[in-house]
Amino acid sequence: MNAAYLIVALPLAGALILLFGGRRITDPVSGWLATAMAAGSFVATVVVWATLLGRPSSSRSVDKTIFTWMPVGTLHVSFGLTLDPLSILWSLFVTGVGTLITMYSIGYMRGDPSFSRFFFYLNAFIFSMVILVLADNYLFSFLGWEGVGFCSYGLVGFWFDRDSAAVAAKKAFVTNRVGDFGFMVALYLMFAHFGSFNYSVVLAPLAAGHATIATSTATFIAVMLVLGAVAKSAQIPLYMWLPDAMEGPTPVSALIHAATMVTAGVYLIARTAPIIHFSPDAQWIIASIGAGTCFLAATIACVQDDIKRVLAYSTISQIGYMFLAEGSGDYQAGIYHTVMHAFFKALLFLAAGAVIHALHDEQNMKRMGNLRKYLPITFPAFIVGFLALAAIPPFDGFWSKDEVLAAAWHKSPVLWAFGVAAAGLTAYYMSRQVRLVFWGKSRWETAAADHGAAGDTGHSAAGDTGHSVAGDTGHGSVGESGHGSGAPHEAPWTMTVPLVILAVASTFGWLLNADFGGLDFINKWLAPIFPSTVATPFTVSTDTKWVLGIVATAFSLTGLALGMGLWRKAVSRPALEPAFLAHAWYIDEGIAAAVSGPLARMATRFSFVVDATWVDGLVNGVARSAAGAGRQLRRVQTGYVRNYALAIGIGTVIVLFYVSVRAGS
Amino acid sequence: MSIALLASNLVAAGTPASTTTTVAKNCTVAPGGTKVVGLCTSANSLHISVAYRSIAPMLILAIGALVLLAVSAVLPKRPRVGLYPALTSAIGGLALLAAVLQWFDGAAKAGTVEIGGQIFYDRFSVLLLILISIAVILSSLASDGYLRREGLDGVEAYVLMLMSATGAMLMAEAGGLIMLFLGLEIMSISLYVMAAFHRRRTQSGEAGLKYFILGSFSSALFLYGVALVYGATGSTQFTQIASYLAGNVPANTGVLLAGMALLIVGLGFKVAAVPFHFWTPDVYQGSPTPFTGFMAAVAKAAGFAGLLRVLTQALGTQQADWKPIVWLLAVLTLGVGAVMAIAQKDLKRMLAYSSISQAGYVLLGVQAATTQGSSAALFYLFTYTFIVIGTFAVVDVVQGKGEARTDLGAIRGLARRNPLLGAAMLVLLLAQAGVPFTSGFLAKFYVIQASVDQGQYYLAVIAMLAAAVAAFFYLRVGLLIYQAPDEAEAPVSTPGGGDGVFLAGLEPVPSLDGNVATAVLQAPPSGRIRVPGATALVIGVSVLFTIAAGVSSFAIDFAKAAYSLL
Repeated sequence: MNAAYLIVALPLAGALILLFGGRRITDPVSGWLATAMAAGSFVATVVVWATLLGRPSSSRSVDKTIFTWMPVGTLHVSFGLTLDPLSILWSLFVTGVGTLITMYSIGYMRGDPSFSRFFFYLNAFIFSMVILVLADNYLFSFLGWEGVGFCSYGLVGFWFDRDSAAVAAKKAFVTNRVGDFGFMVALYLMFAHFGSFNYSVVLAPLAAGHATIATSTATFIAVMLVLGAVAKSAQIPLYMWLPDAMEGPTPVSALIHAATMVTAGVYLIARTAPIIHFSPDAQWIIASIGAGTCFLAATIACVQDDIKRVLAYSTISQIGYMFLAEGSGDYQAGIYHTVMHAFFKALLFLAAGAVIHALHDEQNMKRMGNLRKYLPITFPAFIVGFLALAAIPPFDGFWSKDEVLAAAWHKSPVLWAFGVAAAGLTAYYMSRQVRLVFWGKSRWETAAADHGAAGDTGHSAAGDTGHSVAGDTGHGSVGESGHGSGAPHEAPWTMTVPLVILAVASTFGWLLNADFGGLDFINKWLAPIFPSTVATPFTVSTDTKWVLGIVATAFSLTGLALGMGLWRKAVSRPALEPAFLAHAWYIDEGIAAAVSGPLARMATRFSFVVDATWVDGLVNGVARSAAGAGRQLRRVQTGYVRNYALAIGIGTVIVLFYVSVRAGS
Repeated sequence: MSIALLASNLVAAGTPASTTTTVAKNCTVAPGGTKVVGLCTSANSLHISVAYRSIAPMLILAIGALVLLAVSAVLPKRPRVGLYPALTSAIGGLALLAAVLQWFDGAAKAGTVEIGGQIFYDRFSVLLLILISIAVILSSLASDGYLRREGLDGVEAYVLMLMSATGAMLMAEAGGLIMLFLGLEIMSISLYVMAAFHRRRTQSGEAGLKYFILGSFSSALFLYGVALVYGATGSTQFTQIASYLAGNVPANTGVLLAGMALLIVGLGFKVAAVPFHFWTPDVYQGSPTPFTGFMAAVAKAAGFAGLLRVLTQALGTQQADWKPIVWLLAVLTLGVGAVMAIAQKDLKRMLAYSSISQAGYVLLGVQAATTQGSSAALFYLFTYTFIVIGTFAVVDVVQGKGEARTDLGAIRGLARRNPLLGAAMLVLLLAQAGVPFTSGFLAKFYVIQASVDQGQYYLAVIAMLAAAVAAFFYLRVGLLIYQAPDEAEAPVSTPGGGDGVFLAGLEPVPSLDGNVATAVLQAPPSGRIRVPGATALVIGVSVLFTIAAGVSSFAIDFAKAAYSLL
């Protein structure tokens, strides 16, 4: 079990070496170092997993305390790792997918002037993420939570010389602060109620059925944690940052904004299941957020023109499914979908990255086309990812989405309806994407010729808000000079190997939790985490499942047929790309208007009236009086020994006077 | 010295001596127990057996100092580079080893007095002995680069350092007021010379002189306090004083309280508590930089050891009398230290005021007068030793030859000139500001907690406010480290330094506003800073300890173990 320390230590070591080695560690070396560290972490996770597997399922939870930070009265804040099926499952795919993406980045980031800074962030991210997942208490988890937020900030704004990247990074950060507020309030509540942050103290008695908790308390804690989860996992109402976060390099989008960090909210909810169990309201809130988000984001994804933004909205939508499953009480289904999603979404992003790479940083799908002839490995890989995401049997997405929808049906047919509609839309927008990218005419040739005018107008009509032109023109001058320098080329092997591995995983990964033949490994593995005292078991009859599965598949196939048919030759269909959706329901603009309108006026008033006179007055007053006090005190500090001696003498006399008064009384 | 030992021991034993008594063969005691004639053998109860193990670290340092002198006499005038610091740190290492052995030995001997009751041999002492040994090792290593750069290398500095540490150890182990005074003097006299060590800098000589004059003044007050306490209680030994006060009401409370007040003044001077702090900025600024770090760590630790012994152990029954005094001292120290530090333009001077402010927190622990408070104070001193020696070591390499640049401008852009050094300084500054995950945070946390547990909410709030004020100047320096100096900026010469500069009277006060303050800063020197290996080691160890003790509780457990066995 001591391998558990390595899970955490290796990425940390990698990050530190890269941080302090700085520019001395050159181009490919830092990439390989980071990959080796991530891979080592993955191997260590596998070792721990195997060890746990060798134990009876009832004793598969081990707490390993690393050190105690500060013992204060009854509160012992210790930093330790909890090794149980849930945390190990998460770190398996975090480190596994993380390794592949780090390796992929070696090719993708080649030649970037800040090459080693990038890999520092990647290793630091993996470290923070495994801390988040493996921590044995909420406070330590929160540190990891903040750590991934920081790394995400650094990576979204990696090309900080681009305004849009810097703005997107700030947006992501600020949005996440809202969620962090919720998390912190939940921490206070938890401490007030349980007197501890440790999972073993807070959750274990509840999970074992030894303790109960008042519904109102449970609801309050759960809702506050869900606020945190919603921000990190980009759900309604705090999803706006994720599409903008696509400003980061594509491997980052794959690692952080698709496969791992955004699932932190899903993890948090699953971890907190024993508390949520006592709050039906919270369950409904989670399920409704999930259903609403998966539908809303799917509609928006239908009209995006940026290859990565489509995938970003699809990520939001898919995480909605995970929330839906968790809110419906079927945590295993949600986690199953999380793992499958990590495979196929990482695959799609990396394949999209290969496309972008091939076209020298072109991201607008309307300037792509016909790429299937040029990218012999990327193309089939992308298609596999597409089929998995569109939930076409027998690929990954079909199986996990099926279980999610069955759980939703059990909770409420309305939730199920949202989910199924979103499934249809998913198949549609993904078909549109592959048609635009891989079929049709090779528009990149003409696009290269008249890049300036046509390209920009096409973009401003299509892209949604806050997304400037800079996003498409790529980083630096590479994009510009690269255009027209020949046909698109396939990526180097460091990029294609991860694609192939992930494609295989997206095709056969579902066998990890198949609903038949005793193949439901994930369900069995997670069973000790979600006993009946945590998630009330329910069964959906096989017949119902068949019907639900057939209906959902019918929706998916319809969406697929529509998408493939409508976008076979067409490049633009204004009727199907309403501005309403292109602008993401005007939600961002609405917020922007509200913020820049009345809110901004209020802020102005505050800053010029309240702040200037009151707050600044107070602060300046303190500063002025401190300065004044300093000035007066300095008068005493003359530098003359006689004055010093006199001052000490006066002090002595005062003390003596005091004691004489005391002695006299 | 042996006469004094015996005399106080006799008095302590409360021998009713109206006439000359022959206690044993060849051993007579004059009336009042003031005069001992003859040789007292082991046959009688007055025999003092010297438990060498209890004073082993002190002996190692003292003998080491003599050995060092002897070695220098037989060696050629310019011995191998780094020989003396290596020997000094080896001696310090031996003392540390001895102290660590004492730690385990002392566990069984909790609260025992040795050598006729003059030496306290318990973990409280031993923890401080460990601290002082570490300070010797770190400071001797940090001084090497400085002394060679300034052309002052030789054996003298190291001998003084060892002697001063010997005195500090004696203070830490003192079982009575006489030993405390002896330790104080041994330590201080060496420190006076150390302050004046840089012969060619007038500031250094001035610092030594000021320290000496004011130090003598405070020693006199302290000694008068000893006399008064002796007069009131009939003993100079802590345990005897305590047991006397527990059983009797002094005939004249005024004498006792006046003595107590003077002891507080004398020790308050050593720990630089306001209003007895006036020497601190001038001396810290004028002294050779690595010695300043040593002074801040060792003199403070020894002074607080004395204060804790006197107040909580000897005068524990008079809590109601001294708590308000210490309360006031703590508040003044916290406030004046923080406010004055803001106004400084000189790095060393700012750190001097910062060290005053830090002493305020330790006073918080003393004021609590509980086991918890005392162990928190010990913990504070322990962490501060590393922080302050490390900080002054960084300042030393930044200031350059002749201590040319100790103004705040010199540290600007430090991260550019040496990223690791900049990061180290940042960590040390954050620790002093009390940022979580540094030892400084836990240290502040525990003293404030001790205060709160005693219901001292006002004091706790004041301490936290002072920390907020102090954060300003620590963070400002932290910011400067990472501020790139303007390329086009021409070096601006500003007249003078800070306040009270060297008999020159008043100086214009710099603005508090950060921008203006930056504008008047001199441009930093350029070029990469090279750090001597030994100094780099000291800084590295300090930073590592600061972080390690900040993220885990091992150091506080250590401090708690020290005090619970008192």
